[in-house]
Amino acid sequence: MTADRPETYDIAVIGAGGAGLTAALYGARARRRTVVFERLMTGGQIATTELVENYPGFPEGINGTDFALNLLQQVERFGAELRHEDVQAIRPRPEGPFHIETSEGAYDAHAVIATAGADYNKLGVPGEDEFIGRGVSYCATCDAAFFQDQEVVVVGGGDAAFDEALYTTRYASKVWLVHRRETFRASGLLQERVFANAKIEIIRNTVVERIVGADMVEGAELRNVQSGEVRTLPVGAVFIFIGQTPNSHLLKGLVELDEGGHAHVDLRMRTKVPGLFVAGDVRIQAARQLVSACGDGATAALAAETYLAELGIGEG
Amino acid sequence: MAATPEVTDTTFDADVMKSDLPVLVDFWAPWCGPCRMVAPIVEELGEEYAGRVNFYKMNTDENPAVPSQYGIRSIPSLLIFKGGELKGTIVGFRPKSDLKKRLEEAIA
Repeated sequence: MTADRPETYDIAVIGAGGAGLTAALYGARARRRTVVFERLMTGGQIATTELVENYPGFPEGINGTDFALNLLQQVERFGAELRHEDVQAIRPRPEGPFHIETSEGAYDAHAVIATAGADYNKLGVPGEDEFIGRGVSYCATCDAAFFQDQEVVVVGGGDAAFDEALYTTRYASKVWLVHRRETFRASGLLQERVFANAKIEIIRNTVVERIVGADMVEGAELRNVQSGEVRTLPVGAVFIFIGQTPNSHLLKGLVELDEGGHAHVDLRMRTKVPGLFVAGDVRIQAARQLVSACGDGATAALAAETYLAELGIGEG
Repeated sequence: MAATPEVTDTTFDADVMKSDLPVLVDFWAPWCGPCRMVAPIVEELGEEYAGRVNFYKMNTDENPAVPSQYGIRSIPSLLIFKGGELKGTIVGFRPKSDLKKRLEEAIA
């Protein structure tokens, strides 16, 4: 299982989120020998989404975990392999396939589609790391139920923060939604729902300075960035949703990255390196939606197929 | 792949605390997406460590006592026991290679 494999994959996909699994689906259906490497969770960000309401064709929405597991099943049905391995390096060779080093071994692949997505940002305040698993959480759908009838803080102003604030109201007695700015990036519909929810109280222009407690979280120290006023809310949990950073460290030195770490690609998801494609949240100007990530994955796989055919690799 | 067997509040003492082999317990719940995603990885580890470590999963919805006793406030949480003592706690979804490293350290 960990041994270097003599065979060469046609397509190696790095990351099993919406973009990566869709790329693998198209690769496998083109009868290309396709592998998907996943460091963490199959489905990526979508696996922690309670309800996906904006994927076309699901009028009542679909549970994100169900979506990811269905997509995985579809991908495996057509013969792609999923490996729970952490890719540590992608090495292009002047002649011949890419060399891919993982936590478990090394592999060769003629084309690489990098869909490593983005990881959630941390607040970087005292108490945050200390209380992970004891009141600090980055997944309300996982952990909200442990805080039944308690007050909680949700940090952030985007769709994820608003979604998760609404979810925590199922359990919490009160939800303090803390955002560093006056206005929110969350979609209009989510804003309407949050503003209409009697359990949610919004605190604007305010940051979390410190998370405090003895054994478990007991409070969040807040500072108003305009007035400078500091206060501590007695809460049992702090749920943090303050954006993501693209996982492009593997691409550094290989392809051009923008200031935020997003990889430059053309409209077919091609990079400057022949045979290396980038799709989903890790590329420049990504819409950061499940549907666009999946679309990117399909585009990249079709471009990879063209690339492989032009090289004359493994046809028929 | 064989599904990881369930342990409950009732069977925890016999299956985990009194086990001759080290035991990894995967605390999960059906509504937790990452828990459903970590399950196949725990199953893979269960096969790789067969005969060396016993693997169980505990549904935190149906079993309040043990999760409360160990202060679990986040799932998935993987707890590793050896000789009736807690030797390691892994909170949240970690790469499989990390899980193996932490498991090796805990049972050493």
